[in-house]
Amino acid sequence: MTSTSSAERAEADGYTPVADNLGAVLASGEPPTHPSAWSASVTFAWRAMLKIKHVPEQLFDVTAFPVIMTLMFTYLFGGALAGSPEEYLQYLLPGVLVMSVAMITMYTGVGLNADIQKGVFDRFRTLPIWRPSALVGAVIGDVCRYSLASVVIIVLGLVLGYRPGGGVLGVLVGIGLLLVFSFAFSWIWTLLGLVLRSERSVMGVSAMVLFPLSFLSNVFVDPRTMPEWLQGFVDVNPIAHLVAAVRGALSGQWDGSATLWMFVSAGIILAIFGPLTMRRYNRK
Amino acid sequence: MQGQSNRSPQCGSYPGTGHPGAGVAKGEAVTVSTAPAIETSGLVKVFGKTRAVDGIDLRVPEAAVYGILGPNGAGKTTFVRMLATLLRPDAGHGTVFGRDIVGDAALVRRQVSLTGQYASIDEDLTGTENLVLLGRLLGHGKSTAKRRSGELLEAFGLTDAADRQVKNYSGGMRRRIDIAASIISTPRLLFLDEPTTGLDPRSRNQVWDIVRIIVEQGTTVLLTTQYLDEADHLAGRIAVIDHGTVIAEGTPGELKSSVGAGSVHVRLRRGEERAQAERVLAAELGTQVHFDADPVALTARISGGESGRGAAEHASRALARLAQDGITVDDFSLGQPSLDEVFLALTDRKETRP
Ligand SMILES: Nc1ncnc2c1ncn2[C@@H]1O[C@H](COP(=O)(O)OP(=O)(O)O)[C@@H](O)[C@H]1O
Ligand SMILES: [Mg+2]
Repeated sequence: MTSTSSAERAEADGYTPVADNLGAVLASGEPPTHPSAWSASVTFAWRAMLKIKHVPEQLFDVTAFPVIMTLMFTYLFGGALAGSPEEYLQYLLPGVLVMSVAMITMYTGVGLNADIQKGVFDRFRTLPIWRPSALVGAVIGDVCRYSLASVVIIVLGLVLGYRPGGGVLGVLVGIGLLLVFSFAFSWIWTLLGLVLRSERSVMGVSAMVLFPLSFLSNVFVDPRTMPEWLQGFVDVNPIAHLVAAVRGALSGQWDGSATLWMFVSAGIILAIFGPLTMRRYNRK
Repeated sequence: MQGQSNRSPQCGSYPGTGHPGAGVAKGEAVTVSTAPAIETSGLVKVFGKTRAVDGIDLRVPEAAVYGILGPNGAGKTTFVRMLATLLRPDAGHGTVFGRDIVGDAALVRRQVSLTGQYASIDEDLTGTENLVLLGRLLGHGKSTAKRRSGELLEAFGLTDAADRQVKNYSGGMRRRIDIAASIISTPRLLFLDEPTTGLDPRSRNQVWDIVRIIVEQGTTVLLTTQYLDEADHLAGRIAVIDHGTVIAEGTPGELKSSVGAGSVHVRLRRGEERAQAERVLAAELGTQVHFDADPVALTARISGGESGRGAAEHASRALARLAQDGITVDDFSLGQPSLDEVFLALTDRKETRP
């Protein structure tokens, strides 16, 4: 059968289906037992990695964007807020780390919106697998992108003079907390990605949610300098808890209550937006 | 009646009808089941004001190609998506091999595969990556998924394109990888939604051959198409749908004879008798007769229906008259009307209904 097929290939796309070849493939197509929820999710995460391999441009937003953010805010506010950029960087860097990654999470929604319009999702949804695995896998893939962004920012920070008091362990724990939160936070965008019609509207709505959440927080300045009503908002802003937790881990001054609140808000976000996303996904 | 026998319907591979060489001979592949492949009753799907599927009752037997024929916007894709558990019906119900498409959706998904109207394959990934990805999702280990992918690419003539991104494939190659992806695990029921729309004739023939091989192996295929000749060539039974409802159902032959028209094609021994033959046939059949390009042949339409007589009866009377008048007929065949005519007749009838 090798000889027939190589002869066929000699002619440009002169393919003729051969009953014996195709029949043999069909006869040996016993379905295996379907994969576990975890294994299906990991396979979808692998798909996300393959997509990065073929469309590496999508790494631009996890590398260039954090670099610009870090440089911009360090030199823009550094002199005015802390006397010098180096001093301010000690306060700012954990905040900018969180802010950049939080901003990048919105690409999860944008990407999903584009992806899900394509026919391949019809196929995924007819497979006998745990249905959320396509989305869980996509988000796991995105978490890999978030870790890349985190590394970029930390390295840049070190170059600019940032010195984390928590050492290597503190940095790893800080990034870990950030990734856990981002995983949960991404489900807001998966829902938006499924509800909204176009990539552009996903982008618009995401930015509208993200800007107040990240600016009206402790990313740039100590909330004690803010008017009371604003402090009230910062107190319930999950991003603010996350920043406090990450800042604590990086500096070596552990903030237990912020860390707890961060986990609680991540849990609440996941518990609300995970099922809503799945409901939407099942109906699409 | 050679004319009829040269169109062998593709339903010859029903298990049990003993079609020699059909794949169902491989004992373990035969699953004797009392439930039909698909059964729907009163299936409805509404999008806003559009009743995309408006009460479809259908019964699709196992191990054959069943054609859903209808123009663009008839509701074919919506119907298929409901059966493939992608859309929830608004009313009515349906089963696939006896399993409810809503209540037992997970069990249905284990038996079906869908090749959507729009490529259901990831364009950014290569052929191999797509098939390995889906193989893994079906539950294969890494090495089995790779081996299976290689076998499928080989059988579909895509080995050379294995490592190219699917977005660089030609239309025909895309269709093939899409179908290959649907049979990584051989499904019991395969949905092919307009598998040849937009393909050149050569690629279309390749897809037809693939469909024939798949059904020979015992898989039931539900095929939607806008092309009348496609349904005619591939399907054992056809449902014609328009505006979300079934307007006719049956074998291609039944659909044609329900319209009651056909034609008789006659080859004479002596060309000089053609004018006389024309007069005889016109008088006997009361229809138009025209000369073929072949100088000794002519074709007469048969108006069936009203008299209750079949086309064959009309034709044999006409032939008997030719013999009585001393005209020697070397060969004749009875042609059926094209599905195009059938379709027009059916939709006309529907539109003139109050
Ligand atoms: N998701 C949808 N939202 C709104 N209308 C739809 C949707 N899908 C299909 N329709 C409408 O339903 C009708 C049937 O469409 P479809 O099932 O795609 O037909 P076909 O596949 O036969 O061309 C069309 O009028 C189409 O515009
Ligand atoms: Mg369609």
